[in-house]
Amino acid sequence: MNLDQLAALNRCIAGRVPVAAVTALDAGLEPGDRVVILTPEDVSGQYYAEALLEAFRTGRSGIHEAAGRRYFFNVHLPPVKLVITGAVHISQALAEIARVIDLDCTIIDPRTAFATAGRFPLTRVIAEWPERALPALALDRYTAFVALTHDPKIDDPGLDAALRAGCFYVGALGSRKTHAKRVERLTAAGLPVAAVARIRAPVGLDLGAANPAEIAVAIAAEIIAAMREKRRAPAEAAER
Amino acid sequence: MLATDADILAEAERWKRAGRGVAIATVIETWGSAPRPTGAHLVIDHEGNFLGSVSGGCVEGAVVEEAIEAIGTGEPKLLEFGVADETAWKVGLSCGGRIAVRVEPVT
Repeated sequence: MNLDQLAALNRCIAGRVPVAAVTALDAGLEPGDRVVILTPEDVSGQYYAEALLEAFRTGRSGIHEAAGRRYFFNVHLPPVKLVITGAVHISQALAEIARVIDLDCTIIDPRTAFATAGRFPLTRVIAEWPERALPALALDRYTAFVALTHDPKIDDPGLDAALRAGCFYVGALGSRKTHAKRVERLTAAGLPVAAVARIRAPVGLDLGAANPAEIAVAIAAEIIAAMREKRRAPAEAAER
Repeated sequence: MLATDADILAEAERWKRAGRGVAIATVIETWGSAPRPTGAHLVIDHEGNFLGSVSGGCVEGAVVEEAIEAIGTGEPKLLEFGVADETAWKVGLSCGGRIAVRVEPVT
């Protein structure tokens, strides 16, 4: 690998662009030919294109053979971000869990009585309306978004942005009745029906959670399941 | 806070730009229970300073030595470690696994 390649790799990682360093393992190649740095957009045309795209999907690094040569794919996917609207009781527990399972968590709530450092000592809390706070957070497909305020003025703009950004997980708190009204509002606001259908509501895996901390566990578990969807055995995925 | 592989690669670039000889060691294959996953990095400079981990401490010493040599020659190396490979290496992985590590000098 040369310095330019290392710099290109680091630029992608810093910019949250999925990237792979592909190393040809067979001896006898010049240094410049041994390694290529590829994003999913650059893959087509390579002998190993299909295997590498699969590696991007699963996030798994490993050795692959193509056209009689051996290659090592080192895949770097962006670390998962968690963005929550609502500095509420469930968020306090969810922020703690996020820290333990290594999700980069940000909480947005314009209500300054809720969004305090005292209530969230170890988490980034932004006391702003989502419309103001979200652009800087750059939601993407490696972001999980959860709406927890019960207040459409706060939750809806967040959900709208999360669905448009293609966040891999979008969840919203509320009863089925509340959610039906939310679906109506978001659809009326111009979001495609298929996009709105991606919202997980009731939010969280069905654990029979009975209090805010348990609901937070259910939400975190559902986020992990969504993150690992591609890693799980096809049979398991089909059963769900 | 543990250094992530992203931190390690960023540091490798800083070291290289500062004029240090640098190699990146990467776990490319594991068998059995291995302490660090495929893709894990250790970055080494020409003086033997290192950051990251390819084995959680079991074989880093040997990797660093090999890396210093690779920085000198500019040629990559493939190293294998583990209890199943007694003749080539005296260093075993306490967990009983086996790992292959590629050492790639940054040119």
